[in-house]
Amino acid sequence: MSPVIKRKRKKISIPSEYLLLLLTGLCVVLMAVTFLTDYKATPLNKLVGYVVIPFQNGISRIGSWISVRVDELGELRIVLQENQELKKQIDELTVQNTQLQQDKYELNNLRELYKLDEQYSGYEKVGARIIARDSGNWFHAFTIDKGLDDGLRIDMNVIAGGGLVGRIVDIGSNWAKVNAIINDDSNVSGMVLASSDLLTVRGSLQLMKEGCIGFEQLTDSLEQVEVGVKVVTSNISDKYLPSILIGYISEINLDSNNITKSGKITPAVDFEHLEEVLVILKTKQQIAD
Amino acid sequence: MKKNIILFLVILASFILQTTLFQVLDFGGISPNLLMIVTASYGFMFDKKYGMVTGFFCGLLMDIFYGSVLGFYALIYLYIGAANGSFHTIFYQNDIKLPLALITASDFAYLFVCYVLLFLLRSRFDFIFYLRNVMIPEIVYTIFITVFLYPCILLLNRNEEESEREEHKGV
Repeated sequence: MSPVIKRKRKKISIPSEYLLLLLTGLCVVLMAVTFLTDYKATPLNKLVGYVVIPFQNGISRIGSWISVRVDELGELRIVLQENQELKKQIDELTVQNTQLQQDKYELNNLRELYKLDEQYSGYEKVGARIIARDSGNWFHAFTIDKGLDDGLRIDMNVIAGGGLVGRIVDIGSNWAKVNAIINDDSNVSGMVLASSDLLTVRGSLQLMKEGCIGFEQLTDSLEQVEVGVKVVTSNISDKYLPSILIGYISEINLDSNNITKSGKITPAVDFEHLEEVLVILKTKQQIAD
Repeated sequence: MKKNIILFLVILASFILQTTLFQVLDFGGISPNLLMIVTASYGFMFDKKYGMVTGFFCGLLMDIFYGSVLGFYALIYLYIGAANGSFHTIFYQNDIKLPLALITASDFAYLFVCYVLLFLLRSRFDFIFYLRNVMIPEIVYTIFITVFLYPCILLLNRNEEESEREEHKGV
């Protein structure tokens, strides 16, 4: 398009410098508003929800259908082999199971004795599918296909496979954005299950490449914490429900201050192959109330 | 008007593909930046204004879904679109070297700004690590996709332009 033709058109044209200034101003105002207030741009969230989410839903459904079919073909042979091995295992497990049932009976008695709170298995949960992931490569947030209409709210915890995935940080009527705990800008207050020592679990892009999350500020004066112990969410966190499994400690180092320890945690959730998640329909605030 | 509808559809399609299909087709967790290709292309194919508007809406879409602050990505994309627009005078449709160079530069500029504002300011100093593990893979993958996507964008708008010229002739 040559500039000559353009000038012929009868249109109100703003010089590009003014437009740049105008849009810059708009961006700065938007940033200021979202940064300084709790305003979450709900009308925009709703609008794009109706335009974008149906497409993402469809494409990811087709994508997962194809990948499932491909996997099925490839895995058929492996499955047949596995089947035989599994049959052997069933026999072994039946024996174990009877033993475990006895143990469970014992455990139930002990729980009653200690009047322990029910674990997070007692909370009401709803399943959701991941339909899109972060458009950039710096962070690894993702979008799920349920939102306000399904009873989801900001700050609800998201779990998968028995471990903590993250929490909802942004929401529309039919979608919600989940910030994963492995994300570089995520901090979770955690607790070593065995010794009740508190620590801060901090996501990091560098450790994400190794499949780990970092932890910091563990005061372990009794030297009880070892590699392999369970880390769960602590009860002092104001966003995360208590005692949800985060992962297992895989490395511990003494910090240079000789007081605290830091290291790595192997998460309980396989974040690479996450497809479906469970959202706990209660926030910490609601439970505290 | 038709051009604007095409622009709207192109932005929407690239955002949807970038967040779904290309997240599955990732290499080592890195996916290409289609929105940057669209922003830069519209910048140098038309003019500053088109680049700005395209960039603004691409960025806004990212902000709404994945940004922590509304307007952050919009601002970066806005300026990248505007910068690409100033290369419109030396743009020729048959030349693919300039688009490739500009898209590379734009993506690098975007990633560098993101690193400085989102990582460096939170005392993540290991620039070389981020350069090797995020920036260079993303740029390479984006350029690879550009080779296929850019001719499509060009084709969409070339037809558009020709029909527009015919309209003018008719008048």
